[in-house]
Amino acid sequence: MAAIDVLPPRARERVDRLERIWAERPGLLGWLTTVDHKRIGLLYFFTSLAFFGAGGVEALLMRTQLAAPNSHLLSPNAYDQAMTMHGITMIFLFVIPMTTGAFGNYLVPLMIGARDMAFPRLNALGFWLFLGSGLFIYSAVFAGIAPDAGWFDYVPLALRRFDPGLNIDFYALGLIFNGVASTLASINFIATIFKLRAPGMSLNRMPLFCFAILAVSFSLVFALPALTLDCVLLELQRRLQFHFFDVGGGGSPLLWQHLFWFFGHPEVYIIVLPAFGIATSIIPTFAKHRMIAFPLVAIAELLVAFIGFGVWAHHMFATGLPLATLVIFAAASMLVVIPSTIQIFAWTATVMMGRPEFRAPLLFIGGFITFFVIGGLSGIMFAAIPFDQATTDTYFVVAHFHFIIFGAAVFPILGGMYYWFPKVTGRMYNEPVAQASFWLSFVGTSLTFFPMHVVGLLGMPRRVYTYDSGLGWDAYNLSETVGAFLLTAGLLLIFGNLVWGRFRGAYAGSDPFFGGTLEWATTSPPPPYNFAVIPKVTSPYPNWDRQDRTEDRPRLEEGVLTLETGHETPASTVIDGALDEIVRMPSESIWPFALALFVALVFVALLFAHYAVAGFLAVAALLAVAAWNAEEPETA
Amino acid sequence: MKRDPTRPAALAALAFCALALAGCGGNQNVLDPHSHPERRIATLWWVMFAVAAIGFSVVVLFLFLGWVRRNRDRLPFGGGESAAVGMVVALGIALPIVLLVSLFVYSDLFVLKSVAAPRPGSTRLTLEVTGRQWFWEVRYPGTKAVTANEIHIPVGTRVNLVGKTDDVIHSFWVPELNRKVDLIPGQTTRILLEADQPGSYRGQCAEYCGLQHAHMAMYVIAQPPAQFRTWLAREAKPARPQQGSPSPGFLAFNAENACSGCHTVRGTNAHGDIGPDLTHVASRLTLAAGTIPNRPADLLEWIRDPQHVKPGAKMPNLDLTDTQFREIATYVEGLR
Repeated sequence: MAAIDVLPPRARERVDRLERIWAERPGLLGWLTTVDHKRIGLLYFFTSLAFFGAGGVEALLMRTQLAAPNSHLLSPNAYDQAMTMHGITMIFLFVIPMTTGAFGNYLVPLMIGARDMAFPRLNALGFWLFLGSGLFIYSAVFAGIAPDAGWFDYVPLALRRFDPGLNIDFYALGLIFNGVASTLASINFIATIFKLRAPGMSLNRMPLFCFAILAVSFSLVFALPALTLDCVLLELQRRLQFHFFDVGGGGSPLLWQHLFWFFGHPEVYIIVLPAFGIATSIIPTFAKHRMIAFPLVAIAELLVAFIGFGVWAHHMFATGLPLATLVIFAAASMLVVIPSTIQIFAWTATVMMGRPEFRAPLLFIGGFITFFVIGGLSGIMFAAIPFDQATTDTYFVVAHFHFIIFGAAVFPILGGMYYWFPKVTGRMYNEPVAQASFWLSFVGTSLTFFPMHVVGLLGMPRRVYTYDSGLGWDAYNLSETVGAFLLTAGLLLIFGNLVWGRFRGAYAGSDPFFGGTLEWATTSPPPPYNFAVIPKVTSPYPNWDRQDRTEDRPRLEEGVLTLETGHETPASTVIDGALDEIVRMPSESIWPFALALFVALVFVALLFAHYAVAGFLAVAALLAVAAWNAEEPETA
Repeated sequence: MKRDPTRPAALAALAFCALALAGCGGNQNVLDPHSHPERRIATLWWVMFAVAAIGFSVVVLFLFLGWVRRNRDRLPFGGGESAAVGMVVALGIALPIVLLVSLFVYSDLFVLKSVAAPRPGSTRLTLEVTGRQWFWEVRYPGTKAVTANEIHIPVGTRVNLVGKTDDVIHSFWVPELNRKVDLIPGQTTRILLEADQPGSYRGQCAEYCGLQHAHMAMYVIAQPPAQFRTWLAREAKPARPQQGSPSPGFLAFNAENACSGCHTVRGTNAHGDIGPDLTHVASRLTLAAGTIPNRPADLLEWIRDPQHVKPGAKMPNLDLTDTQFREIATYVEGLR
């Protein structure tokens, strides 16, 4: 905080007061009780990174098994568990918590010039519930009874008759549990983005990353209930002999699929939209040019989330749906392409218009665009119904969605890690090593996933634990496995670089890349209150408005929107971003953690069918809610 | 970073892929069609692939140009900010709409008709395939023929295949002959099966169906019509009766808690319905749904230790002596 040392006395005094008001407990207890969006973001970051490691190990186990035909490294059941857990982990325990939980939490308040999320304690609760759900699901892995019916968990295979153990109960209860966490986080994002933007940040000046998080949050709020309902019905059938999915009892196995994909397809956009947001943050910075067609891109981000709700049946083109249904959903699936093509050409146009400097973060975005175009083009092919019916459930699909989920979602995450690393740690990573790590990951990803298109067309189905030689698949599978290990090396190089940078990297200063959004207007790492003075905003790239930023200093001195008399942040109107009121923020608290603990125990009791105990624990959870609300927010 | 970020290992891979697909392959190749519907699907792929390759090249070229001409504040091919917005509208909205509508009309209105279920009365033969964990049961309505994992059809004949499942969801798929259809409890599904050349076409379950999803293959064997009729007539007959006193293998097969509890051999007292009908098993190409070839040594190993050959299969390891296993194998080899 070098800049603050030379502050005039009056400004100095305000900053000191802010430091006192926003200080949190030190030590481990501080981490358990924190409501600071940045610390919660870091908790999300490290937790989801650990799950990324677990999901990666599962992937490597599968790839090692499939390196050669008729391999016996894994038993069929071990393979099925690894396959199922890889899907669940990467989607529910890595990508969503990483993009919304870690990136969203850390960055959204900074980008909109707020001092925290709208509901800081709810934010903490969301994290602890997410952690609880992850541990709940992974306890099944360590017990050797992990879910094994695929992440899509189709009935009747997932019914008791075919899967009598606790495996599927872990799945259903775990995802209900996880869904609670995601829903809370989403509601918090919507409230934060709508209400806590710095005065002056009307919607049309809001960073595109925030548009992406807003779109994702709405998607989650509307999509998750379908999955939760599906899992509730499944548990009712598994535990209490209901007949939702039983043909004999008047139910239908397709009911599961409809509900699952009503969630599952919006889920795809939930996964990639934050990545689009990251891309639209990195590109303008390194191209040194504001996004071309900014309003179109913002609308496209919202539109893709909306149309994404109308395409779920394209996952079911082989199930014998009526012809008219097929055609309607194929048309909708083609429609959803347009918002993506808008964004692709907006990104490339921005790169072309600007003076791009291909440092590591932009390299990752270049890789992202390449992979997203490949995955997007193969995605369009699935809207051609006959081709879908030929290639669905083959490795062609595996290739397609890994180009999307790994190429288009994870590459921006990796680029984003480099990009915001100096902001979070105050230090720089090593640039040449970062570029090497990009190339290694790029080659590894291509080698892993590209040949999957070919084996898919050569007839290799998905979800097989082994295959025969003589079908022309062997060489492709071997190359995929080699690629997977190269990719692993690339990822390890990235994390090694970041760890090195954290301890040895050069000091970065507050704005090493000359970024345009507000997170670069504060120190690195940002103070607990984010901004000593709520920044003035007059454009979508406020940090490039030199006049506004130089005005911050006198405003701090005069105390304009410094709010140093309480634990406060300004709220503004939803559309115009005019100052609405000053909101008092709650203090740190142990109750979110305690509540999450009780909820976790409720799910454990449900798992073992101790329903009375579950009811008792639910009452305890309600008491924790009461205690949470009884505690008065303290003022310094 | 002296190179473009998108400098495409991927482009090389695309070209490589095109070569690989056109040339090589086992016999489960989507792009090696042997029927009218599958030819339409393969053509659809090549059309989409060509357009996709062009689209991909354009984006990569743009990024590359952006890097090459990075010291200008204009588009590489001239034009400022408004031209850039125009480019987004033209290439990001207008062109995709034209291309997508064309694809929709071509694929989802026309090609779709070719792969649709056959109109009633437009086929000369109907057969029933039931997916079961983990094999395919095949029946020829109107005859007594029941077989497994092998579907014989007359070449050049439109066949109406009626698909069902007995347990979980399976998906019937013979890539070189047609699209796939899911077999879902409570539904019967129809699909056109035809092959325009004699030969055997491999297929495999395409919907994850549990432990041995990987070993649920089948062959469609297209034969000249006369040969097919001979095959069907023989397949419909019961097993050849035992000459004289029953063989030890026959007795062991039909002993309590042995093979006949799960398998049927028509013409004997074996009426089990858990595993495949074995009346003419010795004439089939493979055992355990394509897991191993049907040779005497493989058959013996399969009978002796099925859980090693196909872990999780419904067939249990029986507690019998080595002699008994051999006798059973000899009996089964005689089921032609």
